[in-house]
Amino acid sequence: MSIKVLYFASLKDQVGRSGDELQVSAPVSLLELWQLANPDLPLPNALLAAVNMNYASLDSLASDGDEVAFFPPVTGG
Amino acid sequence: MAVKLSDTVFDPWQEIANHQQAAGMAGKYGATAVFVGTMRDFNQGDAVCGMYLEHYPGMTETQLQLIVTQATSQWQVLETLVVHRVGRVEPNDTLVLVAVWSEHRGDAFDASRFIMENLKSRAPFWKRETLANGEQRWVDKNSGGYKRQS
Repeated sequence: MSIKVLYFASLKDQVGRSGDELQVSAPVSLLELWQLANPDLPLPNALLAAVNMNYASLDSLASDGDEVAFFPPVTGG
Repeated sequence: MAVKLSDTVFDPWQEIANHQQAAGMAGKYGATAVFVGTMRDFNQGDAVCGMYLEHYPGMTETQLQLIVTQATSQWQVLETLVVHRVGRVEPNDTLVLVAVWSEHRGDAFDASRFIMENLKSRAPFWKRETLANGEQRWVDKNSGGYKRQS
């Protein structure tokens, strides 16, 4: 199964790319997904995550076709 | 209940006048609460000459709609308008407009503050400032909003 991963703002700069397309054999938690995509990077402080454009905790599961996003605290307004 | 993203300069007062007229609310509302956020030319002690507002297309609109829906389910609101800039912004440009129309002031004040505070903490926008010396930096957090910043 395939999961699309997106990175935004300073996190995009840190990982050095705007996204990944990951292949997994079973649903994975967002924490596992981060570690799979970024094995050499520690989990950033204050990391926010979303699944299909809704906020999700790092123990939420992502599965085939999902769009997962990782980003720093938001600063709009 | 309109939510708009704009990649060009907009006039908040014209947006309010247009929305008010289009909504056909004449005679129905007694209160209009308006918040306008404007870009400063300084931040954290440094001169700032420009900014880029990144957002997450799709999720930004979804979250803003959700915030407005939560506000209108909590307070008696006739209409709302939220406009937010994206892309390149210059000092003195309007960054955000939140307007709420209701019968009485309490609902208008409370709903507009709820929308604005939730926008600040939940809508996926990120600011990258360009300082006067050419350096670029990401703004890492928003101000508290309720207390005077030192």
